[in-house]
Amino acid sequence: MAATSVEHLHSDGHFVTPQDKYSSMKLGMWLFIATEILLFGGLFAVYAIYRAKFPEMFFNGRDELSLLLGTTNTVILIVSSFSIAMGVTAIQRGKKNLLTFLIIVTLLCGALFGVNKYFEYTAKFHHGIFPSTDIFFALYFMMTSLHMLHVIVGMAILFIIMIFNMKGKYSPSNYTAPEVGALYWHLVDVIWIYLFGLLYLVA
Amino acid sequence: MADGTMVEAVRPTYLDRKGFLSWALTLDHKRLGIMYLVTIMVFFLFAGIMGMLVRLELLTPGKTVMGPDTYNQIFTIHGAVMIFIVIVPGISATFGNFLIPLMIGARDVIFPRLNLFSYWIYVGGALIALVSLLHPIDTGWTFYTPYSIRTGTSVIPITFGVFVMGFSSILTGLNFIVTIHKLRAPGMNWHRMPLFIWAAYSTAVIQVLATPVIAITLLLLIAERVFGIGFFDPAKGGDPILFQHFFWFYSHPVVYIMILPAFGVISEIIPVFSRKPIFGYKAIAYSSIAIALIGFLVWGHHLFVSGMAGWVAKVFSFLTFLVAIPTAIKVWNWLATMYRGSIDLKTPMLYALGFLFLFTIAGLTGLFLGTLAINVHLHDTYFVVAHFHYTMMGGTIMMLFAAMHFWFPKMIGKMYGEAVAKIAFALIFIGFNLTFIPQFIMGMEGMPRRYYDYLPQYHYQHVLSSIGALVLGVGILVMLINLIYCIFKGEKAPSNPFGSKSWEWQTTSPPPTENFEEIPQVTDWTYGYGKKN
Ligand SMILES: [Cu+2]
Repeated sequence: MAATSVEHLHSDGHFVTPQDKYSSMKLGMWLFIATEILLFGGLFAVYAIYRAKFPEMFFNGRDELSLLLGTTNTVILIVSSFSIAMGVTAIQRGKKNLLTFLIIVTLLCGALFGVNKYFEYTAKFHHGIFPSTDIFFALYFMMTSLHMLHVIVGMAILFIIMIFNMKGKYSPSNYTAPEVGALYWHLVDVIWIYLFGLLYLVA
Repeated sequence: MADGTMVEAVRPTYLDRKGFLSWALTLDHKRLGIMYLVTIMVFFLFAGIMGMLVRLELLTPGKTVMGPDTYNQIFTIHGAVMIFIVIVPGISATFGNFLIPLMIGARDVIFPRLNLFSYWIYVGGALIALVSLLHPIDTGWTFYTPYSIRTGTSVIPITFGVFVMGFSSILTGLNFIVTIHKLRAPGMNWHRMPLFIWAAYSTAVIQVLATPVIAITLLLLIAERVFGIGFFDPAKGGDPILFQHFFWFYSHPVVYIMILPAFGVISEIIPVFSRKPIFGYKAIAYSSIAIALIGFLVWGHHLFVSGMAGWVAKVFSFLTFLVAIPTAIKVWNWLATMYRGSIDLKTPMLYALGFLFLFTIAGLTGLFLGTLAINVHLHDTYFVVAHFHYTMMGGTIMMLFAAMHFWFPKMIGKMYGEAVAKIAFALIFIGFNLTFIPQFIMGMEGMPRRYYDYLPQYHYQHVLSSIGALVLGVGILVMLINLIYCIFKGEKAPSNPFGSKSWEWQTTSPPPTENFEEIPQVTDWTYGYGKKN
């Protein structure tokens, strides 16, 4: 990600005060978030079209999903979002070690989310449910696996930020990367909440 | 002139460092621009040869040199490589990279590492796409389902390659948007920006907003083939027309990714060689934005005969007409800029005039195609083929060639050979029209596109078209050989050979790594020609 790219600029003071750097990184991340929303937006459009066409299929499909695992994962991601947000506050107040700790908490939540997903998928396979089963499950697998990919990318970003933090790169006057990384993690969280609603709840 | 040479002798330029790694790992936007340009020209030649093979096969009815399956593969490679690998990044990644920081008075783009990363994603994606050459795809560049789900040819590598290149496009667009927002030199407010920057900005917005949609579409197509999901497969309850909607939701705006930077280039060239301020600066600037926005709402005009409610088709047809307005505003403003100017017919200006002629034909035939009743008659004929070649080749590629001449002295520090360049332009212009005017005619007479064989009544036009393609090909080779020769043997260029007022010309040729010794203080726009110098 863009997280480290501003470090270098063959500039001699022309580029940017820390404030400019901060606002540039944020603008960059918001644009990237817009692309992510459009990426999932395509899938939401497919969902809307086929839900209108095959309401019964979506009703039956929802009943096959594990509401328990889905809810657990939702709680896990909300906790993780909360913890990374507290991490940003921590570094703004100069508490470097607290940020490291809170990133670890966030990463653990992400890992736990993945483990749950793994059990969910294997249970489906045992019941003979695959992406090719019907359009509902095609959507279920496409949406959740694409989201899982984003969880992994988000974890990688936060991991890199954690390493830099342990080296002491961030401070109350420079917390751009943790904040932008956290922004991405919140996006991952928000997308999940939509998926949870559309796939596990509505029918 | 004299001071230019003096300074250059002392200060190192961006081209000075030698060695493969100094290029492969460079963070310098100017070097990345050159790298994109070289890569794109290589693919352009490759895809051009494919196009020539298509024209060769169509020289006679029935089999000329290849069988029908090979023919399907050749025209697909031609189209897919030209669109996704060549024209989409054609001007924006090449000259966008080279010029944006120079024109706004900055030292680089805002995220140089991301910029380097984008270049290598682009190369990686292009190479993945080329893997499909082992068993080339035969679906046409549009990858329409359900055939693209069923065909035995290698659909996955090329669609995945395009998917990967999409990231490059998104990240480049993102980089440019933030750069233009944050790195303008002091005093360079929005209405003093060169029009190329406005065009690059509008392009970047489309890149960021449209590309994710093609990304998800291609991902779904791959999933259809790998996991057997059925969104686009009628056998599984899916809808192939949904694919067409998704595909064109990206692929119509993408024609503006391709053409808007060309509008930017011509807006820079015409005032310089007319010695007049650009006419209607704000109209040109804001019409780029208008085109970018309306362009998102017209994709349905590709589906008029695919099956769509009548009133929907009417809305799409109306919106398509609407795009013609901002486009025509631009053309009139360029013409008005030339009016009573002292016109200097150097090669870049010749290309600009060629563009005005070709692009006007492209735009007007686009209106024919956007008209519902006429569309039914012309749909999927050679008329469509000729129309989009006038936009893509007559529009974008002509302005890419113009830019390659206009900024050649700045990029390389040498002059291009004017006489040979003009001969090459004449060959390209004549060859191009000879290739595609007959295609308009046979399209109206009913010759369908993508057909391997044809009735004898079309033979005459096909022969003319193939001869035109040959002339066009020779012209392009002459142009490239001339430019490559001048890289080594060209006359040394002064810092501002054409007397432009834009900021990239106010530094040395080639520019130093940091672009400007001092960041410029901007007090005026860059089109103040004709006043006292
Ligand atoms: Cu279109």
